Amino acid sequence: MSLLATATIKVPSIDYLAILPVLILIGGAVIIMTVTALIPGGLRRDATTGLSVTTAIAALLSALVEWHRVMVQGATTTIAHAIVMDGFSTFMAIAVTSCVVIASLIGHDYLKREDISSAEYHILALISAAGAVLMASANDLVVIFLALEILSIALYVLVAFNPRRGESGEAALKYFILGGFSSAVFVYGIALTYGATGTTNLTQIIDFLGQNTPQHAGLLYAGMGLLIVGFAFKVAAVPFHFWTPDVYQGAPSPVTGFMAAVAKIGGFAALLRVLLTAFGTQAATWQPIIYAVAVASLIVGALLMVVQRDVKRMMAYSSINHAGFILLGVEAATTKGVEAALYYLFVYAVMTLGVFGVISVVAAKGDEDTTILSYRGLLRRSPFLGACFVLLLLAQAGAPFTTGLFAKLGVLSAAVSVGSWPLALVAMLSAVISGFAYLRLTLLSVRPLGAPSDVDELDVDTAVSQPMHHLGATLLLEEEAPVDVAVRHVPSSPVALSGVAIATAFTVVFGLIPGPILSLAHAATLSLLG
Amino acid sequence: MSIPGEYYLILAALLFGLGAFGLVIRRNVLIMFMCVELMLNAANLTFVTFARMLHDIGGQAAVFFVLVVAAAEVVVGLGIVVSIFRRRSTAVADDISSMKG
Repeated sequence: MSLLATATIKVPSIDYLAILPVLILIGGAVIIMTVTALIPGGLRRDATTGLSVTTAIAALLSALVEWHRVMVQGATTTIAHAIVMDGFSTFMAIAVTSCVVIASLIGHDYLKREDISSAEYHILALISAAGAVLMASANDLVVIFLALEILSIALYVLVAFNPRRGESGEAALKYFILGGFSSAVFVYGIALTYGATGTTNLTQIIDFLGQNTPQHAGLLYAGMGLLIVGFAFKVAAVPFHFWTPDVYQGAPSPVTGFMAAVAKIGGFAALLRVLLTAFGTQAATWQPIIYAVAVASLIVGALLMVVQRDVKRMMAYSSINHAGFILLGVEAATTKGVEAALYYLFVYAVMTLGVFGVISVVAAKGDEDTTILSYRGLLRRSPFLGACFVLLLLAQAGAPFTTGLFAKLGVLSAAVSVGSWPLALVAMLSAVISGFAYLRLTLLSVRPLGAPSDVDELDVDTAVSQPMHHLGATLLLEEEAPVDVAVRHVPSSPVALSGVAIATAFTVVFGLIPGPILSLAHAATLSLLG
Repeated sequence: MSIPGEYYLILAALLFGLGAFGLVIRRNVLIMFMCVELMLNAANLTFVTFARMLHDIGGQAAVFFVLVVAAAEVVVGLGIVVSIFRRRSTAVADDISSMKG
């Protein structure tokens, strides 16, 4: 009895600032869940979008406060060293919460058009984003696993949240089965790493590997390989990309945009932290794997992108291609490489959300018009939307005066500086091939409406006098295009347009003034690698 | 009687392989779920075995997290299957394939 009376239980101290963005996102989701039950149908949609955007902005502000604290006091760990607050985790929190703001705006008009007044979209997006932020700040493999599941399970539901959409269920099922498989592989990887190092805490793994040569190197390598497989699934890298095209196509367009942005940030955040800190000493082992995955992703993504007729499938392969580019920076495993990967991740997430915002608006009621041909003459039909679309596509291709250029240049120069020039060469080649697909879509959008089928009429002389025009006609496969396909009215979607406008402004402004984001990425990298 | 820890690890590896193999060859969605569960439990067995071998409680604690996550996954997965079944009356993966390309 006296023994019990004197025994105290030591509770780990919690630095609430370190988990504040996660708490705000989850809290916002709970508030929205409660509020939707109290508000009548008509106002509900506006209120939930407003609340969702407010929550995301609050989380963004809290991440900025964190950033300030980290820059003053340096990195800290909390909750028994399971959570870390450093420049890297904060950078990712900033990126994720910015994406949530844009995704909420884009989703609003979709929900209105599909006549969905319940708030699942916003609630699940916030929870999923909380998982992504937690993934970036986890300092323990088990916490990374939990965060990965928070991110993924919310996404499985999000893909299927519109019950009237047939493809959604199919896409959700595919995503779920392959996601479950990748989670199981990931957990087994954690178990093997635990067996080899005796801990799941990343800091302790660094210490262990720094001081000992593992007795069971095979166990460690197997664990590391399985962890990489688990991450590669999440970030859609070849050969673990099978789910990507179907899920991207089947999911409602705003959800696809959210998934492309947030799941990629979360996956790469944890991948970078695990490989570069915990397994930093084993770089010689994992670099060849990343090298091979990067080459495969670059080539498969670019080649299959060109043959797609559905714009969402095309963007799926584009996302695979971009994953390859980001892996270029990971493979370099230098400060320069990580910095470039971080920058790429942030700007890619924003520009791809913008593209999916446009896709969501153009797809119109039922979310069905997603063939490439439904973009014909978009610039004439809806000048503002079309202009944003063209700019975002050019950014995806890596055109000058957009963030896309600096992103691609950064990872390429990082790869070249560590001597991986064959990889850089493959990347440049894939950029040219994928550039063709982006250019085709761009030309289709700037094309005048109802133009006659030029392919037959053009003879050699006019082709020479109007080279651009001829190129356009060839690229666009005009013969397949019935004229009436393109004349569908683009639905008025002011809120989604504001989301697209934010993404475009971000892409162009920081393309002209790349300094702020680059220095942010630089500071985040220094904080991670020391 | 004592059984070497390695035997448990080998058993877990076999179960994991069996689950992965089953996931690839079976076409019924419910059986595919079961295969994922088998893989997760193989990982759990590995965790517990290592925890005993290393005399560390951390590995045993990790199992609880995995169990909870597995339960949450099944809830969502079965929900998705039910919603598909309402439309199509099938739980065979090959029949659920409207998207290609």
